[in-house]
Amino acid sequence: MGDHDHHDRRHEHGSELSETQLRVRALETILTEKGYVDPAALDAIIEAYETRIGPHNGAKVVAKAWVDPSFKQALLKDATAAIGTIGFASRVGDHLVAVENTPKQHNMIVCTLCSCYPWEVMGLPPTWYKSAPYRSRTVIDPRGVLADFGVTLPADTEIRVWDSTAETRFMVLPMRPEGTEGWNEDRLATLVSRDSMIGTQLARRPDESAS
Amino acid sequence: MNGIHDMGGMEGFGPVQPEPNEPPFHSKWEARCLAMNRVMSYAKVWNIDKSRAAIEQLPPLAYLGMTYYEKWAFRLEKLLLEYRLVDADEIAAGRALRPGKELPRKLPAADVPKALTRGSYSRPAHAPARFKAGDRVRTRNIHPHTHTRLPRYARGRVGVIECVRGHHVFPDSVAIGLGENPQWLYTVLFESRELWGESADPTSKVSIEAWEPYLEAAT
Repeated sequence: MGDHDHHDRRHEHGSELSETQLRVRALETILTEKGYVDPAALDAIIEAYETRIGPHNGAKVVAKAWVDPSFKQALLKDATAAIGTIGFASRVGDHLVAVENTPKQHNMIVCTLCSCYPWEVMGLPPTWYKSAPYRSRTVIDPRGVLADFGVTLPADTEIRVWDSTAETRFMVLPMRPEGTEGWNEDRLATLVSRDSMIGTQLARRPDESAS
Repeated sequence: MNGIHDMGGMEGFGPVQPEPNEPPFHSKWEARCLAMNRVMSYAKVWNIDKSRAAIEQLPPLAYLGMTYYEKWAFRLEKLLLEYRLVDADEIAAGRALRPGKELPRKLPAADVPKALTRGSYSRPAHAPARFKAGDRVRTRNIHPHTHTRLPRYARGRVGVIECVRGHHVFPDSVAIGLGENPQWLYTVLFESRELWGESADPTSKVSIEAWEPYLEAAT
């Protein structure tokens, strides 16, 4: 993890990045000296998002829903409560809603006003999720956005876009791929990408690599 | 406010560009920036809608020119100054020039795990919900100059209540210091043609989460 933003090339050779870096560093000094911030708490938060809180958590939830019909039912009824029963690193906050993909309906999650995202089950949102192209186009041209991800759905599949305008948080329960009969939860979880829980991808097929 | 942050339905930003194997952070300062924002929001001096409103007040060109974490850094500075937790001369000096003030609460490292779970925005209701699933509603055509969570593309549109989500803190009030003023919250579903006209993809639908003050009954 270098200090150069490779996703943000306009900053690569300019002074702007170092200016922000300096400002953020100065803020940490000020907040620490004033006793507002414990630098060890910052370390612990960063460590949590780099290791424990990520899409692997959501993938476990999806895999369990694929093999356990009663869990799936509970998840679709109240995702916060259902996930509370399977022992996460930390409790999942209120107002989490799981929405199920079927051959008839494909769900996509967006936040047109900022970047609301179910952090606790999926980790930090990817840069593209927070970007203007995704936030602007998903509600007006969802099939066009799916095409940017190389996904084409049947013409008769309805696409349902969920704009996260409140504190409700959504995660997509993708369809279980064919050819996975008899797979256990751990193996199934390897097929569940972050993007499949946002709705910009499908779950991987068994013949697709997990890269 | 009708700001640049309200992006639903705009065009011209180009394709979505996924980054393969994107790391949680692209640089160390992004991680420090996120963590400082989390610690200071835990302090309960301001609330989540106040903090969204701070970013929405960025001029459009600045908003579009900043990365996500640059906006977070800007917001943190702005709120710290606004609430007089830090003074401008301290920002300029890059160090504290006077002692800190009392915070409602602080986050020691040992308490971080519990601080990473979101709180609840649900509040007790003293009146029944006006609408039920299946009701047709029209969103109000409102254009407040302050924070709102009713996106422009969904104003003055007819949709159907799909779900009553509960009774939640009302952003339009809490963001401007008028208290939590909780209101019933609904998922409202719109046909794409209602939002985007005849050229819309007829096989897509869009829902928003809408508080009761955003809605009126439709026939």
